[in-house]
This record gives sequence, structure tokens and C-alpha cells, in this order.
Amino acid sequence: MTDTITLPNSLRSQPDERGHFGAFGGRYVAETLMPLILDLEKEYRAAKADPAFEEEFQTLLKHYVGRPNPLYYAGRLTEALRKNAPAGKGAKIYLKREELNHTGAHKINNCIGQILLAKRMGKTKIIAETGAGQHGVATATVAALFGLPCTIFMGAKDVERQKPNVFRMKLLGAEVHAVTSGSQTLKDAMNDALRHWVSNVHDTFYIIGTAAGPHPYPELVRDFQSVIGKEIRAQMLEAEGRLPDMLIAPVGGGSNAIGMFHPFLDDSDVAMVGVEAAGEGLDGKHAASLAGGASGILHGNRTYLLQDEDGQITEAHSISAGLDYPGIGPEHSWLHEIGRVDYVPVTDKEALASFQKLSSLEGIIPALESAHAVAAAERIAPTLDADKIVVVNLSGRGDKDIFTVAEALEVEI
Amino acid sequence: MTDRFAQRFAACRNQGRSALITFVTAGDPTAADSAAILDALVEGGADIIELGMPFTDPMADGPAIELANLRSLGSGTTTADILAIATAFRGRHPDIPLVLMGYANPMLARGAEWFAAQAKAAGVDGVICVDIPPEEDREIGPALRAAGIDLIRLATPTTDAARLPAVLDGAGGFLYHVSVAGITGKQQAQLTHIEHAVAKLKAATDLPVAVGFGVRTPEQAAAIGRVADGVVVGSAIVDIVGSHGDKAAPFVRDFVASLRAAMTAREHAA
Repeated sequence: MTDTITLPNSLRSQPDERGHFGAFGGRYVAETLMPLILDLEKEYRAAKADPAFEEEFQTLLKHYVGRPNPLYYAGRLTEALRKNAPAGKGAKIYLKREELNHTGAHKINNCIGQILLAKRMGKTKIIAETGAGQHGVATATVAALFGLPCTIFMGAKDVERQKPNVFRMKLLGAEVHAVTSGSQTLKDAMNDALRHWVSNVHDTFYIIGTAAGPHPYPELVRDFQSVIGKEIRAQMLEAEGRLPDMLIAPVGGGSNAIGMFHPFLDDSDVAMVGVEAAGEGLDGKHAASLAGGASGILHGNRTYLLQDEDGQITEAHSISAGLDYPGIGPEHSWLHEIGRVDYVPVTDKEALASFQKLSSLEGIIPALESAHAVAAAERIAPTLDADKIVVVNLSGRGDKDIFTVAEALEVEI
Repeated sequence: MTDRFAQRFAACRNQGRSALITFVTAGDPTAADSAAILDALVEGGADIIELGMPFTDPMADGPAIELANLRSLGSGTTTADILAIATAFRGRHPDIPLVLMGYANPMLARGAEWFAAQAKAAGVDGVICVDIPPEEDREIGPALRAAGIDLIRLATPTTDAARLPAVLDGAGGFLYHVSVAGITGKQQAQLTHIEHAVAKLKAATDLPVAVGFGVRTPEQAAAIGRVADGVVVGSAIVDIVGSHGDKAAPFVRDFVASLRAAMTAREHAA
């Protein structure tokens, strides 16, 4: 019931043995890292086949993370949208409450899985990159839980705009390294984490926070995050006796989205929408790699990137630090090319409006990342029949964003 | 054109010394300054030139070369500029082997065939692509080999005996031994480790073996020169360019000359 059999021609059987999702993915790393990447893959295959690993993962998800989290019918949001919709239109909107997880976002699912891998491989130090700080907090949390020293690489600009999360990471015992190179955001944090890793491969495990990077990271992050989609499947069958008609999730690197989508990829009646951050708009500064980028190689994988004609990476922009990245996970690039998932842009302005709307209508303050998905739902639901069902992935809570939002709304706090 | 790498390594061997391989970033500080800096490398006694292609996200490089990348891009260096720098260098120095070193995304932005053809036309002999391991060779290797350009591979302290054949498969020019597991310009490996590693590599390949990463002084270059076919110096030169900017050429020449003098001294001492 919670899983389906993977058929040979299934959309769920990617990547191939070399880590490629169609033309995307792969292992584009310096030779120093290559043996470690191969080692990680071998260890991950063994862990995947080990019932004890799965049991420990599930136990921690249940008792430490607080899973399963609810699939909540957002009745007031649904009704509000129906008011302005044509007669008979306005799909039912459910929210998958990832923001209720321990540490307030979906990020912890993946961190639990990866720290169990680190332990299995005998690694004694943990590093991670972070944008909004959610992955940094989640990594610092599991490092504390397992008693391992932890260094978080974070762009200096993000350190500035995500102060509460920086303090949280420090409380959890992590060292926060402010990265001052380049655009001082997520991509630069990832560069510095990779530099540190290549110099410390013997004892250090790199917990990558999104479904990107060199194979096997996109696959293993997706697998750990697939708990989201598996729960939705079971919960929706229980609540409505059928599968949803559409899934909507925000996409930066895209780990919450791929975790939500993957268990449904072979259910052709389930439509999927990935929401990219359009920042100031696609003709201005944005972070929409699929809508405004081209295929290229960065951070260990081939995927869609924001770049100029010489292949230089251009700076991304989004009001949401978690979406402020010039790339996207390689499986999303593939799903985009084959047309299985529809990727749409949402601007800073639209996300800000939805941030406020969901707060006042449902009493749920969403992360700015998640507010992008809510905005897409507000746009799409009124065009669907009222008997349709849409699930929005509420990937994180918005407490971390209140300063950014207050500033954007010109409110002093 | 016969193989400039083979000729140069043979000439060095005949002189009883190892080859001095020097790296600078193209267009640092500006594209207009590159010719004088490259000439200074040759005047100082460099045998082989590695010309770095700047990239916004040089993940395998330390602060010195990262800053050089950003200086170059900041002054507006384009891929066309880099190819023009290489073409002009080849015109002035018909016999010095020239290597383009950089990252996959700028090299592949217009396709591997385009890059290989342009590099060939510019007189480039070899290419080092930091983030294309043997597993992803098909992205660039076939195009380079078809164009007659050597793909120079890296072997690192983490490249074990089981993996080495894959690294050597399709490799050309020389084998670049990265002496430390890390980024460019940082710590230096112990000489005994380097000697041991080079011996293992030489047992596995007929390609000359050059050693780099963390070689900063004439003394280090001389010591490594005694155990390897070539010594690569990058960050120390790039630092000089960083300090002196468009006036760097004479300082670069003098520093390279000091490296070369230290590496040559042993034939007289022997």
C-alpha cells in the first residue's frame, strides 16, 4: 500500500548504474573525491539492502522526527479560492505538514538517513552546506544526536539574513563557517564544503542537503525524502479513498519535491508541479534554472544551470534563501525534459502574498520556500474542477523568515 | 606537428633535469596582461605552460587561484579572449607545450567538439579538465583525442592501484600527480611519499609523471625534481600576479628563474 513495485520501464528506476537520469546527473568530481564517491555508493547499496538500516531509519523518523506528520485539508484556503473561481471550480487543497517535523522542515528526513550512513562508514566528522539554514540546523541536530563534531558552510549573505538559524546551529554545537567568496550564498557554501571535503576525505562525511551533487547523492537524498510521498499516498487513500490529482512542491535543489513526487511517478493520473523561484521575474534576477537556464556541469552533476554563453555561472536571486541557487537536482532536469513534471515560476511578490494569506487563513506560517508552492496552488486550484484534489508540500515553517518578510513589507520589529 | 610534450620531456632528460611546468590564470589581472606574463614564464625558464581557464566556481582550487579566477572574470575575460591569448602565445613560442586547465562547464558550454577544434586551432597541446573523471570521459575525451589534443589526467593520493588503469586509459601528454588530497596551493606532501607515489605511477605508465599541488619554493621544486619528470608550480606564481597586477611580469620571470636555477643546480652538484 505504501509502495509500488518498480517495473523495468518505470519512471522510478532512475538513475542508471552510472548515476545518470537521462542526460543528467553523473559524477563530475575531482579525482581525489572519486574513490570516496564510489565507496559511498557501495556502502549505500549495502545499507539499502540491510533491514537493520531501514529499521533504525524508520525508528528515528517516528520517535525523533515525529513522523508521520499530518496531511491536512486546508478548508479555509480552499473556500477562499472557490469564492473567486468560476462556478464548479476550485480544487480541494491539502497540505502535507513537513513543517511540523522536528527542526521545522523536511530537511531532517535526509539528515537522519545520511548520518546513519556516516556511522556505517566509520566517519567521525560531519560537514554540510546550507542556504536558508534549515539543512544546517537539521545537520547540526543529527550531529548532536550522534555526538559527532560538525561544521556548517554558509554564505556570508545568508548568515546575515538567517540569524536565528545561525544561532540555532551554534546552540546545537556546530561551527558555522561564513563563506565570503563569490555571491556569498548557497552555491559558494557548497564550493567551500567541497574544498573542505577534498582535503579531509579520510575522516569526514559530507551531508549534502538537496537531491543534487555527484551520484549517489541525488539518489540517496531522494530515497530518504521519499517518505514524504509514501505517507501522502497512504494518508490520501485513507482520507479520500483515492490518489490526489495533483502534487505541488517548491524546487530549489528540489529534495522535498522529488521526495513527494517519486512514489507517484508511475501513477499517470497524478499531475505534478514543481515551483521555481522567479525572484523579481524571469526577465529580471531570479533562481529559475529550468525556465531560464541551460544544461551544464556544476557541483558534481550535469543539470540545468543559470549560466552565460561562456558557461560562467550567473548569480541566482530569490527572497527565499533556500531557493537561491543557480542549479536544480538532476532528476528534476530529466523529469522536465520528458515532460512528466510541469515546472512553473513564482515571483518574490507572489510568494510574499501567499506567505501572509496562509498565515491569516489557516494559522500556518509557511517558510518562504513553501509559500512559493502555495502561490502556485492559488493560481492553479481555481482552474480545476471542485472535485479535484491538490496536495501542496508545506516543506518548512516560516519562523526563520519573519525578519526577511518584515523587511520586505517595510514593517519594523 | 610532432609531439611537443615528448620532445620537451626528452630535452629535459638529456639535460639531466626535470621539466618545470608553470601555471597562471588566463586574463589575470586582464586579458591584455597575459602575453607579458606568459612570456615572463618562458624567459624565466618554464618548459611547459598551463594556462588556467577562469571559472566562477573553481571548487578544486584554493584561495590564490580562486581569487585569480575572479580577478580575470571581473575584468571581463571571455572564452574568446582565452583562445586569443593561446593563439598569440603559440605564434611567439612555436615549441613550448601549452596546456589549457580548467573546469568542465566553460569548456563544454558550446559542445566538446567546438572546444576541441578551437583549442587545436589555437595551438593547444593538452587539456586538463578538473571535474571530468575517467567515469565521465565521454563528455570531453573523445572530442579531444579526435582533434589530436592530449587529455592530461590527474592521479591523487586516493587513486589506488585498482583504479589507476582507468585513470591511465585515454590519458596523454603526461600524468599529473596531485601530491596532496586537497585543493591547490595549500599544504605540501612529504618527499618520501611523493617519491613512493611517483615510482608506483611510473611502473604503470610510460607517460612522464609531473608532481604538483603545494610546490611553492625553489627548494621544494628542486627536491621534487629529483624524483619526478616534471614539477608543477601554480599558486606561488599566481600570488605574485595577485600582488603586482599589470606590473607582475618581471617578478614572475625572476621567481620562475629561481625555480629553474634550483632545479638545474643538481646536474652540477652531481
